[in-house]
Amino acid sequence: MDFQQKHILGIENLTAEEITFILDSAESFKEISTRSIKKVPTLRGKTIINLFFEASTRTRTSFEIAGKRLSADTVNISASGSSVVKGETLEDTARNIEAMRPDIIVMRHNASGACHYLAERLDCSVINAGDGMHEHPSQALLDAFTIRQHKGRIEGLTVAIVGDITHSRVVRSNIYCLNKLGARVRIAGPGTMLPPGIERLGCQVFSNLEDAIRDADCVMMLRIQRERQGASLIPSVREYARFFGLSEEKLRLAKADAIVMHPGPVNRGVEMASSVVDGPQNVILEQVENGVAVRMALLYLVSGGETLSHD
Amino acid sequence: MKTLIKSGRLVDPANHIDEKLDILIVAGKVAELAPNIDAGTAEVINAAGLIVTPGLIDMHVHLRDPGLEYKEDIISGTRAAAAGGVTSLACMPNSSPVNDNLAVTRYIISKAREQGSANVYPIGCITKGQKGEVLAEMGELKEGGCVGFSDDGLPVRDGEMMRRALEYANTFGAPVISHAEELSLVAGGCMNEGPVSTELGLKGIPWVAEDAMTARDIMLAELTGAHLHVAHVSTRGSVELVRQAKGRGVRVTCEATPHHFMLTDDAVRGYNTNAKMNPPLRSQADVDAIRAGLADGTIDAIATDHAPHHSDEKNVEFAIALNGIVGLETLLPLTLQLVAEKVLSLTQAIALVTCRPARILGIERGSLAPGAVADITLINPNKEWTLDAAQLQSKSRNTPFDGRTMKGHAVRTLLAGATVFER
Repeated sequence: MDFQQKHILGIENLTAEEITFILDSAESFKEISTRSIKKVPTLRGKTIINLFFEASTRTRTSFEIAGKRLSADTVNISASGSSVVKGETLEDTARNIEAMRPDIIVMRHNASGACHYLAERLDCSVINAGDGMHEHPSQALLDAFTIRQHKGRIEGLTVAIVGDITHSRVVRSNIYCLNKLGARVRIAGPGTMLPPGIERLGCQVFSNLEDAIRDADCVMMLRIQRERQGASLIPSVREYARFFGLSEEKLRLAKADAIVMHPGPVNRGVEMASSVVDGPQNVILEQVENGVAVRMALLYLVSGGETLSHD
Repeated sequence: MKTLIKSGRLVDPANHIDEKLDILIVAGKVAELAPNIDAGTAEVINAAGLIVTPGLIDMHVHLRDPGLEYKEDIISGTRAAAAGGVTSLACMPNSSPVNDNLAVTRYIISKAREQGSANVYPIGCITKGQKGEVLAEMGELKEGGCVGFSDDGLPVRDGEMMRRALEYANTFGAPVISHAEELSLVAGGCMNEGPVSTELGLKGIPWVAEDAMTARDIMLAELTGAHLHVAHVSTRGSVELVRQAKGRGVRVTCEATPHHFMLTDDAVRGYNTNAKMNPPLRSQADVDAIRAGLADGTIDAIATDHAPHHSDEKNVEFAIALNGIVGLETLLPLTLQLVAEKVLSLTQAIALVTCRPARILGIERGSLAPGAVADITLINPNKEWTLDAAQLQSKSRNTPFDGRTMKGHAVRTLLAGATVFER
């Protein structure tokens, strides 16, 4: 198929065919990372800027490695030490960066809609690496990729997502992505972390973890931000862990071959018991590995790469 | 100096008039209303095919003057008013400095008189500096020309303070205008809380943030017997609270804005900062409730909450964009839209933007009885036009209605008999 998207702003505006095409493309990129020389000339001469207004290790590194393995020149800009602290507007920052003629800007920003804002104003491609509480499309794609790798399909599966649903961009992107690919999505969390109308995005809402994960094929646990403790969303991390943390015992409610996922970084002993993090059902590091392949595919596809020859 | 407005359909709800009448204006006042007045030496304005009404009144406007003239000033703001058919407006006190003292009140009134194109009635602060701590000198402010008191934009959080404000303002016969918002429930929200905020990942403001404060202030009005005016009601619950309070005789009035009866929070999709205002655009059920409240008289006035902002303040990430939209130049067509949709009769609609807000503010406007000041708006109700924000008279362009096709506009606006705007 012909991939027409110039930007990757969210899963919401991708079709099932486009998502599948991205995942299929990622399959062929995955092999590159297993070679002794992990580099192909596909994006040689292209400039990619990772513009990160929020702290990130995993996502930023993953995009950077993805770009480098495709031979693009990658530059990282983080908000601290940039002109943002000098009071420059996002538009001015972006225009200044664009004046240096990058081909792709990968942006993470704490404001929902910031990537749409950028894409409306710039000529280069924009990839959303997480905007506020809105979307985190590359995460949902690597999650789908990982599920597909383990289950051979996505259609018909039941995926439970547990945690702070309100503040999670990972959830929104995953709900869109999994629905489009034919999976059933269940979500669970304390009432303070379930936003109104979330079911309209395509999920079944549970107020306890046990019901949500019962007979699920995949259990995705979300990181709990410790600062939420002070914001009256949870009384304590301890109580949260007791009711919404995934223990080995609770995990037995899911299918015997269920996989356990987490977008990272994990709070051991909070959303997941250490024994689950290290247990046989976890695929967390595979998610990270697949992230590079999926991001290589995204960078390649928005560059309008005509042929898939990367030798 | 005589002027004759000839052959128009006069709609003057204050005097129960809706018929073809000529209006003779002498020395800035209405001298005679009758069919086929002989022009004599008067200048004749042909109003055939037009609706003639008392000059419109917008009781909720931010003129941004003094101090924030890069957004708007008294000259541009009143010019925008005149272009929208508005001859009288009440301006909110959150200028810089705020209007909590006689010097600012006098500045506003004198600048408007000397250089403005509309009557400007200042609203004074409830509390000094809008800080909610000490009452402003309402007596002196009222004497100086303020027609009501509000800490608009900032609710008076302390219940005791609001109680005293109502009691004290009542001493001088002025209404207290409540910006009803319980900030602890707003909690950093930037749009209506609901499915759209969930989808967009924006922190929501629940309806209860408005209803809780509306309920408190109504009860305080009931306790004190003072006149409470609730600004820009946006929720189903607020409308119902006012309806019930009126039913038991509480002295409460309220207003609604055109955007709250025309738009829902769907307009925010795409992170449109021109759909960001406070109170936020709500759900369809709220829009329906406001329309019902306008139709049954619960809501006393349509006011725009004209809130000009520089494009730099809107052209940013949604969460940090400033609240508000300009409204003076779209008040009339959006109000007439309710007539076209058969929500209101023409008389009801005109009353909501003339005599009813005049009564709330206690100003001698909104009527064209003989002897009244000849503030008059001539309306072509059938003219279809497309709003081009770049063409607005306001200094600011922040409107969600840009590009929208509207029906009806003011073709001529007279202030004390003198034409201040003509299309």
